[in-house]
Amino acid sequence: MTAAAEGSPPLSLRRHRRNPLLQSEAAQGFALISPTFLYALVLLVVPILVVVAHSFWTQNYLTIDRTFTLENYRIALTEPIYRDLLVRSLWISLLVSFFTVVLAYPIAFYISFHGGRHKGLWLFLITIPFWTSYLLRVMSWKVILGYNGVLNSGLMGLGLISEPSTALLYNTSAVVITLTHAWAAFAILPIFVSLEKIDRSLIEAATDLGDGPLRRFLRITLPLSVPGIVSAILIVMIPTVGDFVTPKLVGGKDGVMIANAIQAQFGKGANWPLGAALSVTTMAVVTAMAAATVLIIRSAARMAR
Amino acid sequence: MTAIRNLLSRWLPAYAFVYIVFLYLPVVFLPIFSVNTSASPKFPLAGLTLQWYRDLPNTPALIDATRNSLMVGVSAALLSTILGICAARAITRYRFPGRRAINGLIMAPLVLPEIILAVSMLLVMLQLGLSLSLVTVVLGHVLVCIPYSLSVLTSGFEGFDRSLEEASADLGETAFGTFRRVTLPMVAPAIISSLLVSFTISLDEFIMAFFLTGTEPTLPIYIWGQLRFASKLPGVLALGTLLLVGSFLLLTIAEVLRRRAARRTQNTGGAFA
Repeated sequence: MTAAAEGSPPLSLRRHRRNPLLQSEAAQGFALISPTFLYALVLLVVPILVVVAHSFWTQNYLTIDRTFTLENYRIALTEPIYRDLLVRSLWISLLVSFFTVVLAYPIAFYISFHGGRHKGLWLFLITIPFWTSYLLRVMSWKVILGYNGVLNSGLMGLGLISEPSTALLYNTSAVVITLTHAWAAFAILPIFVSLEKIDRSLIEAATDLGDGPLRRFLRITLPLSVPGIVSAILIVMIPTVGDFVTPKLVGGKDGVMIANAIQAQFGKGANWPLGAALSVTTMAVVTAMAAATVLIIRSAARMAR
Repeated sequence: MTAIRNLLSRWLPAYAFVYIVFLYLPVVFLPIFSVNTSASPKFPLAGLTLQWYRDLPNTPALIDATRNSLMVGVSAALLSTILGICAARAITRYRFPGRRAINGLIMAPLVLPEIILAVSMLLVMLQLGLSLSLVTVVLGHVLVCIPYSLSVLTSGFEGFDRSLEEASADLGETAFGTFRRVTLPMVAPAIISSLLVSFTISLDEFIMAFFLTGTEPTLPIYIWGQLRFASKLPGVLALGTLLLVGSFLLLTIAEVLRRRAARRTQNTGGAFA
């Protein structure tokens, strides 16, 4: 009795103190994150809202006419040149994310399941090329794929072709190859992380129950690594649409992408509202495409299980 | 079944090898053609020379661009790491409403097309009447670097045992004293690693710099200008080789420190986990 009586005051006191303590924990956390949060708010959210606002305005020589109009969107969506560029950009980014993920998966799988003690070293080895200058990597692909390039002279040296091929550079496939290379690490890392998280005893259980390697992979490993595949696709597909360096250096006439048009509107073209409308349209369409891809993959994974 | 297993165990390492070759293919040509006497990059090499490297220090525009890039890189690394520390600490240590949403917002530049980030910042800067300069480039770079800093720092802070801090507080240290004497030494490697990673990103960042730079070019802007002239290619390749070596050294240090931090806090997750 006495012990309980003695025990209760501090307990009730603690309960009394607990609520303000919790509040202050939330307040402290919020205060601590607020500089970073404000930075993102002021330099990310506000600018994007400004772009959205501009997309409804009109360029009037050097000034901006702020009456609401949908004219920019009409141009962005119906003008054949922008429509074609947008469709081509979406197609390229779909191809790039497909190839990047398909080529990256076996590597992530190999490192996760057969990497042994050297997993860290493998990951380091894979990330190194991506820290070299992005411009120079694109330039290097130009050197490799060019008319007098490494690949052509190599193939001629081997006697496989008699004349340098012009089919390698300045087209869509050159853009796809370069971008597939550029995004490789961004696909390998998330897939690797999701493979690492798979409980290995599940695979043992499947083996014990008589599943072979292929069934085991299709019914356990692959569905459980879907989160990694999904984040790889998001991280590759959306930024790919916004690249204008690769198309400019290796794309030639057939490889021009929507980002080149956006860049032109903010540069020489100097039609900010149209550039803004193109940006918003591109963002919206690529987000929708990424969301659709993710939904398809998720439902496919559910069916496999 | 054994056939498939054999196939896997034999072909997977071979595939890994081919894939690594693919990843390194564009990288190895930089140093190779940077010592070629001829300006056009093709095999066989015309001859070996270090001429292009000797020319580099005698190019004033390059020296200026390097200085600009170093200033931008150091500022961006410091700012993004400070902002990253605040966010990573708040996310790993405190629970508060909207934590996930705020984290998502801060990480968003990682999955947004960079050109859209760049043009939207450009619009705001011009609307506010700010003239474009290295400062605006730094602001853009910090936005791009924060997600990387935050990932590195969160993984450094996560495994960190909170009871150590509680013990320190119970023993009478102030909140600041605890941070300085207990928290900071544990997380220092993650902080240095975040500094190095964001510096390296800023050093190589092109798209933000392209839109937000004024009259002072950074290194990638300088390189972009040089790429138009075929005769300038060897010099650019030599410069690229030096940058490659520099980035490699910085990132090796960052990786070693990150691993040490991970070992110290018993956290085995990678930087992107």
